[in-house]
Amino acid sequence: MGHQPFEAVVQRYGSTVLRVCRAVLGPAAADDAWSETFLSAMQAYSTLRPDSNVEAWLVTIAHRKAIDQVRTQARRAVPTANVPDRPTTHGQPGGWESDLWAALKDLPLKQRETVAYHYLAGLPYAEIATILGGTAESARRAAADGIATLRKTYLQPPHDRDAEGEAS
Amino acid sequence: MMTTPELPTAAELLAALPRVDDDAERRLHARLAAAALDAGILDVAFRTVDTPLGALLLAATDQGLVRVAYAREDHDRVLQQLADTVSPRVLRAPARLDLAAREIEEYFVGRRTRFDLPLDFRLSAGFRRTVLAQLPDIAYGTTATYAAIAAAAGNPKAVRAVGSACATNPLPVVVPCHRVVRSDGTIGQYVGGVDAKQTLLTLEAAA
Repeated sequence: MGHQPFEAVVQRYGSTVLRVCRAVLGPAAADDAWSETFLSAMQAYSTLRPDSNVEAWLVTIAHRKAIDQVRTQARRAVPTANVPDRPTTHGQPGGWESDLWAALKDLPLKQRETVAYHYLAGLPYAEIATILGGTAESARRAAADGIATLRKTYLQPPHDRDAEGEAS
Repeated sequence: MMTTPELPTAAELLAALPRVDDDAERRLHARLAAAALDAGILDVAFRTVDTPLGALLLAATDQGLVRVAYAREDHDRVLQQLADTVSPRVLRAPARLDLAAREIEEYFVGRRTRFDLPLDFRLSAGFRRTVLAQLPDIAYGTTATYAAIAAAAGNPKAVRAVGSACATNPLPVVVPCHRVVRSDGTIGQYVGGVDAKQTLLTLEAAA
């Protein structure tokens, strides 16, 4: 058996890749990055070795697309990508989710990337190092620093974590 | 086992990020399907259509409808076969199949007696393909015997081969292998099951 139908790849990894794109880029730019990622992936799909790690492959493509977006955002330097003030359609209005996006957005890029690739996509640090360059150890350190900062910036105003039933 | 209860693990912390909602997934999927079509890389588009015989899988290449499959054929398995034999660039993309779906719906309510769709016969070859080419000539509401089709296909002795061509018809319903019956008057086998064959023949007889 060769490749699975590409539809199965979208079904299996689509939401993970979107969460990664959102974590790295924020919700507003993530849609474009996701779309470009899956279009590129579909284009190159038949050249992917069937025994490859599909998730790592997708995150590698998403990483390149996200970098393009980050460069574009930096060039434009428009404030419109700031979404935290918009009422959220998930959970409480103005709630904790948008605070977390904002907290992520304030992390240095490498920390955002390592946090997203490790904790959202589940990639090991060795794999992340091949995507980002550098060593597995430096990727691990960047993720740890990012998480430490998030604990401070996002959790500092004390609030009731038990009210948020999404942890699983 | 000493942990600091105030500090959530990284996983707990990030669990606060919302799950991706279904709306976003649907929107992005539709956008991908449209972009893939534009880019010319949508090698196999598919969708399902609900019928009295259950959900039918419809798949099309840029040449036309390439596969119709009953649920009993296992749609996932059929999609894998398409990935293996046509291209792995298989995507749920209803737009390319809107016309086929509409014609099939019309057929099942008795408002359509022939299909007017581009067909891609690449999944059958040789004598089987010759047999399938004969089938649209069997008029709606009538039947022909396996022996008659063998003769029409140019090989009167190949009655069994006609049977296997019908059994492996990649385009059931649209290419009407259900209208081929046995010489003794029984209806014979069908890729969708004998009951489905009977249902189709009854539907056509009533219209």
